[in-house]
Amino acid sequence: MFEKIWARHVVAEGPGGHVLLYVDRHLLHEGTTAAFTRLARSGRRVRRPDLSFATADHYVRTAPGSPTPDDEIRNMVESLARHTALQGVVYFGVGDARRGIVHVIGPEQGLTVPGITLVCGDSHTATHGAFGALAFGIGSSEVEHVMATQTLWQKRPRTMRITVDGRLAPGVEAKDVILAIIATIGAGGGVGHAIEYAGAAIRAMSMDERMTVCNMSIEGGARAGMIAPDDTTFAYIEGRPFAPRGRARQQALAYWKTLPSDPAAVFDREVQLAADEIAPTVTWGTSPQDALPITARVPDPATVGDAGRRESMARALAYMGLRSGTPLSEIPVNRVFIGSCTNSRLDDLRAAARVVKGRRAVVPAWVVPGSGLIKRAAEQEGLDRIFLEAGFEWREAGCSMCVGMNGETARESERVASTSNRNFEGRQGKGARTHLMSPAMAAAAAVTGRLTDVRTLHA
Amino acid sequence: MQPFTRLTAIAVPIDLPNVDTDRIIPARFLRRDKDVPEYASFLFHDVRFNADGSEKAEFVLNQRPYRGARIVVAAENFGCGSSREAAVWVLAAYGVRAVIAPSLGDIFHQNCFKNGVLPVILRADVVAGLRAQLHAQPGASLTVDLQSQTVAAPGGASHRFEVDPFRKEMLLAGRDEIGLTLGFETKIREFEARHAREMAWVVPPRAGA
Repeated sequence: MFEKIWARHVVAEGPGGHVLLYVDRHLLHEGTTAAFTRLARSGRRVRRPDLSFATADHYVRTAPGSPTPDDEIRNMVESLARHTALQGVVYFGVGDARRGIVHVIGPEQGLTVPGITLVCGDSHTATHGAFGALAFGIGSSEVEHVMATQTLWQKRPRTMRITVDGRLAPGVEAKDVILAIIATIGAGGGVGHAIEYAGAAIRAMSMDERMTVCNMSIEGGARAGMIAPDDTTFAYIEGRPFAPRGRARQQALAYWKTLPSDPAAVFDREVQLAADEIAPTVTWGTSPQDALPITARVPDPATVGDAGRRESMARALAYMGLRSGTPLSEIPVNRVFIGSCTNSRLDDLRAAARVVKGRRAVVPAWVVPGSGLIKRAAEQEGLDRIFLEAGFEWREAGCSMCVGMNGETARESERVASTSNRNFEGRQGKGARTHLMSPAMAAAAAVTGRLTDVRTLHA
Repeated sequence: MQPFTRLTAIAVPIDLPNVDTDRIIPARFLRRDKDVPEYASFLFHDVRFNADGSEKAEFVLNQRPYRGARIVVAAENFGCGSSREAAVWVLAAYGVRAVIAPSLGDIFHQNCFKNGVLPVILRADVVAGLRAQLHAQPGASLTVDLQSQTVAAPGGASHRFEVDPFRKEMLLAGRDEIGLTLGFETKIREFEARHAREMAWVVPPRAGA
């Protein structure tokens, strides 16, 4: 699949295996405004405004009601609005219900479809690979390059197929699958690779779940992660505002159906996981690879042979304030965050609400929907009532406490049960301690005040 | 872009694997203009400084011999995580022009090339050996030569590294990549014409209406 999409987008061959690759979609957010400024300064224009789409997510505050950004944030958002208007780029801005996290609204609006190349100045762009698109994150210079030329110089990555066969047990979600995968291959395991996720467990997933899996490819080191399109994909796309329709859809469908990898396709690396061996998973350390089943205990660095690994484990445990041997399910949490481009879609909110219903949060807990439209859809289902009655905050769409760029951070040494994608030191605020997990597991932590095996609540 | 040819400079060892870009520059600094004079102080900010702004003595860049370092010798997967190019800008602001590691985060790796910073990939045991040497001789210099693709260690040992010919040429010349690509305008136009014929559905309906 990767080769098929790559080959269709080569504009020119450069030296040393580099190719000039055409970009079908360029998604922008207010964190990439600097590239607009540089472009304007050089007197260049956006080459294909019709293939570029922008929103505000990273810096916009998500407090319930009308967000009141400080002047610096207001300037960034207004600057993006100004640049997109000047360049004729569609912008889903503040006040537009379609505004939301860039990786949530691309698919939601039908901008993300199979067989295309899609880039964005954000490392979680692999999310869009869930549709069988070649999608990857780029830096600020590359953003400017795409604006000016609609292309990128790229070297062909190696390919890796990760097959998850079998069926997931009850209480086990897509987030547990990707955390288990990263724990298996390591945070650097996918460096230099494009990943294809395959197998029965992946096929059985909804699009929301597939996006969760692809989203965290970069946490396993890979810029791109993708899943072959199928009827689940085609049904999701149908009727979305920017999706092909009529004759264009028929032509697109004919092409999309040719995309799945041939049975004889060869990958540079193959990894296999058994779905039924995956348990609800949480991270204990400061790298997404530091993930274990909730039934496990905080690991002991002394049992690790490699000196470098031993040292970094000890450092992670010191930062996290954890002692080896403590059962993970006995770790208290101070705060819960349900949101981010990994887990803020309707399926995620539903899974969390099922756990929360009829219970009460015993620690501060936030729900930050991925888009204004998801927020509205959840409200129509009554999910907001469930969260509010349980004492959760029901907030506006944005990246919020996943990255804390907008000032929404946890306090020093606060322990956060989070559905986001990174547990790095300081990620959710200076000195904040992050445990990554699924929406259902985060909901369970909110109602018990500690890391909790969600299966014990369902029983 | 500033060209990179050959650099002899103090090198600093950073032993921790998976150093993420949030650690290299915390998110709260990303809204700051990279031209502000204090930009270099954001580098490794939260592991380098205490809350009161004083230096953490144990952090390697705060140790006198390493202060003037312009080369970083890191461990596996340095620069993983977020795509923030500020991670390279802040290293460059500090004066760093080369990063040597067994592997680098893919996006960070690419971002280096755009900013005149040379990423050098060497075997893990070679890099570990260099770090050990830099610990044993604090303030020792390395020489990184892009033309000959070699890193010369303090003892004189030379290690050859691979670098993509395309990236090498761009760095040696300090060439502007957008300028280069605009020279391919005819090819891009041809591609767009063919793409519009074969995959017309790629262009979304206007305004989603």
